[in-house]
This record gives sequence, structure tokens and C-alpha cells, in this order.
Amino acid sequence: MESVEKRGKSVDEAIKAALEELGAEFEDVTIEILEEPTKGLLGVLGKKSALVRVTLRDKPEAKVVEILEKILQCMKIDYRIQAAEFSEGVVRVNIVGNDMGLLIGRKGETLNSLQFLMGLIVNRGREDKIRVMLDVEDYRLKREQGLRELALRLSEKVKRTNRSVVMRPMTPQERRIVHTVLQNDPAIVTYSQGEEPNRKVVISLKR
Amino acid sequence: MRELVELIAKSLVDQPELVEVTQVEGEKSVIIELKVAPDDMGKVIGKQGKIAKSIRALAKAAAAKEGKRVSVEIIK
Repeated sequence: MESVEKRGKSVDEAIKAALEELGAEFEDVTIEILEEPTKGLLGVLGKKSALVRVTLRDKPEAKVVEILEKILQCMKIDYRIQAAEFSEGVVRVNIVGNDMGLLIGRKGETLNSLQFLMGLIVNRGREDKIRVMLDVEDYRLKREQGLRELALRLSEKVKRTNRSVVMRPMTPQERRIVHTVLQNDPAIVTYSQGEEPNRKVVISLKR
Repeated sequence: MRELVELIAKSLVDQPELVEVTQVEGEKSVIIELKVAPDDMGKVIGKQGKIAKSIRALAKAAAAKEGKRVSVEIIK
């Protein structure tokens, strides 16, 4: 990771100089204060300047967008990247534009393929693996919210009726959402059964 | 389309300089041949051909935009 160390009369000045050298904004970096400035005696003796180390933060979302744009341009897709953010190991990108039907493909095949390849490309040579989630006009986000609500409703039903519920076959991403939303419920356990692509989540009571 | 397959392949392999992509254009169909270093074959095919399948899906979408059919072949 690119980083610089700079001195200045005050911590603020040192940071400012470092940001200028890196050509970066305050929110793109992490800052360590290595030495606090001291005024010294009568402003002369033992006077010390501040020393800071400023490091450019890892921004996987920028890399994802860079590669994604190249691929979409090659595909001659009319697109606009509406949002790209990185949090908790997941880069989420939302794409909008005129060719979104084509980009999603039949049953989401094209979008899932693109997402899968993006994940491979971005994680090449990376120690801490990140997940890439591509969305088109918040299609997945809306489905995800629906799925969360469904999982909660079904868990209530399981508690009420004392019977396990088997959900429809879902992709690993979808199953993960169900497991995650119910993992903190002390009365419920979830697991998957069956083989891909017919793997299903089972919601049942914890014994 | 050739550029697309080339871009993806080069981004996946360890030896991008050995990636070769040729395109044979027909009236309604396009054949793309992808050649990579022997050690990189796995990187463009993947477990159960998952990577190859994804590359084909993207090429198919790009071809559909031009009203064409495409087949991507990975050759030794």
C-alpha cells in the first residue's frame, strides 16, 4: 500500500502535506501520528515538529468499477454505474442504463456470469478475499429484502406450528441471506439439503 | 467480441502475453478461438467448466447486441 511520512509544525500541517504528495482526499487515507509536536522551552529548546504517516486506503470498489467498465464497453452495453461501495468485505455495484435486459440475461444468467468473473479477477493475488455483488437497477436489493421478510415470516410459522419448513431451491447467495437473517434467532436452526442446483434451505426449531 | 474475450482471458491468467484470440466471422455467426498457455487452461475453464461457461454467456450477450450467434472455443 502506498504511504508517505511527513513532518509539519502541527499535525494538521503534516497531514496536509502528505495528502498533497499522495494526491488524495482526507477520506481516502488512514493516518497515524508518529510524533506529536512539542513547543519546547521558550519556543526554542527541544522544539519538535509533528510526524505523521499517511497511507492510501485499499479501495477494491475502484478496481471493480475499472474492470467492469472495460468489460461493459467491450460488450457495447449502454450503462451507467450508479453506485459502488465497499463494506464488510463486499463490493456492491449498481448499474443502470438502456441495455439492462440484455445485461441481466435469461434467469439472470449474464449478470451472474459477469459477477462470477468479476469476483475471480478482483481476487487475483489478494490475501483477504472480497465478494463482488453486481446489481441492476436495485433488482437484487429488492429481491433480497423480499427474501429476508419471507425468511422471518416462515420462522414465525415454524415456531407457531412446531414444524420444519423447506424453502424452494435457491442459489448459494440466496440461501446465505436466509441463514444470515435467522442465525441470531435462538429458537431456530437453518441448514441446506439436497444437491445443486436443487439445494434448499430448511428452517426448523432448535432442540 | 474478440476484444471482450481477450480482455477477460488476459485478466484471469498468469501469462496474459500468451493469450491469443482469433475471430472467424460468418454471416450470422461468429466463432472465437481462445488460446492460452497450457498452465493457464484451468484459469479459463474452471471447475466443471464454470469459467468457460461464464465467458460464453458474456460473449453471447455481446453477440446478441449485433444480432449474431457466437461460439467460443478454447483450443490447445
